[in-house]
Amino acid sequence: MSLVFDALAGLLVAGAALAAVTAAAPRAAVIAFMGYGVLLGLAWARLAAPDVALTEIAIGSGISGIVLLRAAAGLPAVPPAANRALAAAISVAVALGLAALVLALPEPAPSRAADAAAALPATGLGNPVTGVLLAFRALDTLLEKIVLLLALVGVWALARDPLWRGRPEPLFAGAAPAPSAFLARVLVPIGVLVGAYLLWAGADAPGGAFQSGATLAAMGLLALMAGLAPLPRADDRRLRLVLLAGPFGLLAAGFLGWATAGAFLAFPPGFEKPVIKIVEIAITASIALTLILVVLGPPAGEERP
Amino acid sequence: MSLLLDAVTLLLVSAGVLFFAAGTLGLLRLPDPLTRIHALTKADNVGLALIVLGLLPQAGSVMAGVKMIAVWALAQIASGAVSQVLAEAATLEAQIEATAREKRP
Amino acid sequence: MADLLFAAGALVLLICGAGLAALWRGEGDIDRMLAFQLLGSGAIAVLLLIAPAMSEPALLDAALLTALLAALAACAYRAALGGRTPPAPDAPERQP
Repeated sequence: MSLVFDALAGLLVAGAALAAVTAAAPRAAVIAFMGYGVLLGLAWARLAAPDVALTEIAIGSGISGIVLLRAAAGLPAVPPAANRALAAAISVAVALGLAALVLALPEPAPSRAADAAAALPATGLGNPVTGVLLAFRALDTLLEKIVLLLALVGVWALARDPLWRGRPEPLFAGAAPAPSAFLARVLVPIGVLVGAYLLWAGADAPGGAFQSGATLAAMGLLALMAGLAPLPRADDRRLRLVLLAGPFGLLAAGFLGWATAGAFLAFPPGFEKPVIKIVEIAITASIALTLILVVLGPPAGEERP
Repeated sequence: MSLLLDAVTLLLVSAGVLFFAAGTLGLLRLPDPLTRIHALTKADNVGLALIVLGLLPQAGSVMAGVKMIAVWALAQIASGAVSQVLAEAATLEAQIEATAREKRP
Repeated sequence: MADLLFAAGALVLLICGAGLAALWRGEGDIDRMLAFQLLGSGAIAVLLLIAPAMSEPALLDAALLTALLAALAACAYRAALGGRTPPAPDAPERQP
């Protein structure tokens, strides 16, 4: 029976992807893409990868939805035919390339999963994904955080010189109508709670810093959309401290590892879990704020409310 | 006992799926966006409630059961508010379309 | 039991798929958004159904997140329409 379910889910994913690609207008394509994100979350859930499912739901249909709807609002209703042909050619090429890569993978695929599972007890964590991200491959995670920060620097670099200390443009033009503001007021506190829960649960169950950060970022964007919070100023010192907390917290923990455990990014024996948790809190805050600021775009003025 | 619980699950989940089907039918057959929103939010939430109720005997722990109810409660609150948001959007879109039609002779 | 839960999940998927396919041919984006909301509710139901069937309690968290973000998408859709608000239908006509 689960095979029937999987076949149906696969067909729906393909159908939603097709709807997104063949939609005539940008906004219709974006809505199809958000549906595709939800269905892809289901697919990941069926592939026994709940960590990825959580990320896909938060990023694929949440934050990407906001980004793409905002982009679609600025596009002509019907894009030029030449653009569509070019986009079709590029996506077909990428899809074929990916398919070729998947077929070229050795069978069985090389895996360090058994090693990771065997070494997991030493970290005091129960979730192997968190173990890999923060203990076994912490260097990759550190570099990812720095890349995220560089992405924000790149976005801010697009600001015009006299304006770069100010606030970004509002996400969407105009004030939020009453129903949307109500929905945001109800949803944001619940969502912040869910985000905090995902971070806490991430030590021993699926979840963790990125899923939590993405959820918190989505809630932050919702609060900004509904006018519940002022747009952040790029020169706010506290904001910059939060941005730096994640990468530098992980870096500090890394140097601490030299003193306590004899290697860069090694965690002090006996205190692995508390140190990892504290670093994860800092990383989550940085991820959430960085995602919000990247979505908002470059600062555009001093006096924007 | 477990057979009885399974029967309860089967009954309630089937009823829930039936409500989903009814909601979709309403979505497809009702004439305008506002009535379709009505069909969607009402039927979906009863359907989800029945499914959650039916799954409670299958929950592995008390925590899992509480979480299922929390999911339903959140969906319930969100769905009520979402219907208002979409209804307002539908009204606005109809208005924009009417203005556009006036401008085009 | 697991088979029955998967069967129920497959039925919900089928229903959502039918809704998607039919609404997709509809004229307005609001109908597409309704199809998306239906899909969101369906995905919540499916995740709840397959969580006990797969013995994977973390899928309940995924259901929680789906409920949260489907609502956010509705808010974003409305915001993207712009700041104009429709007049209340029962507002008295203003006399010139």
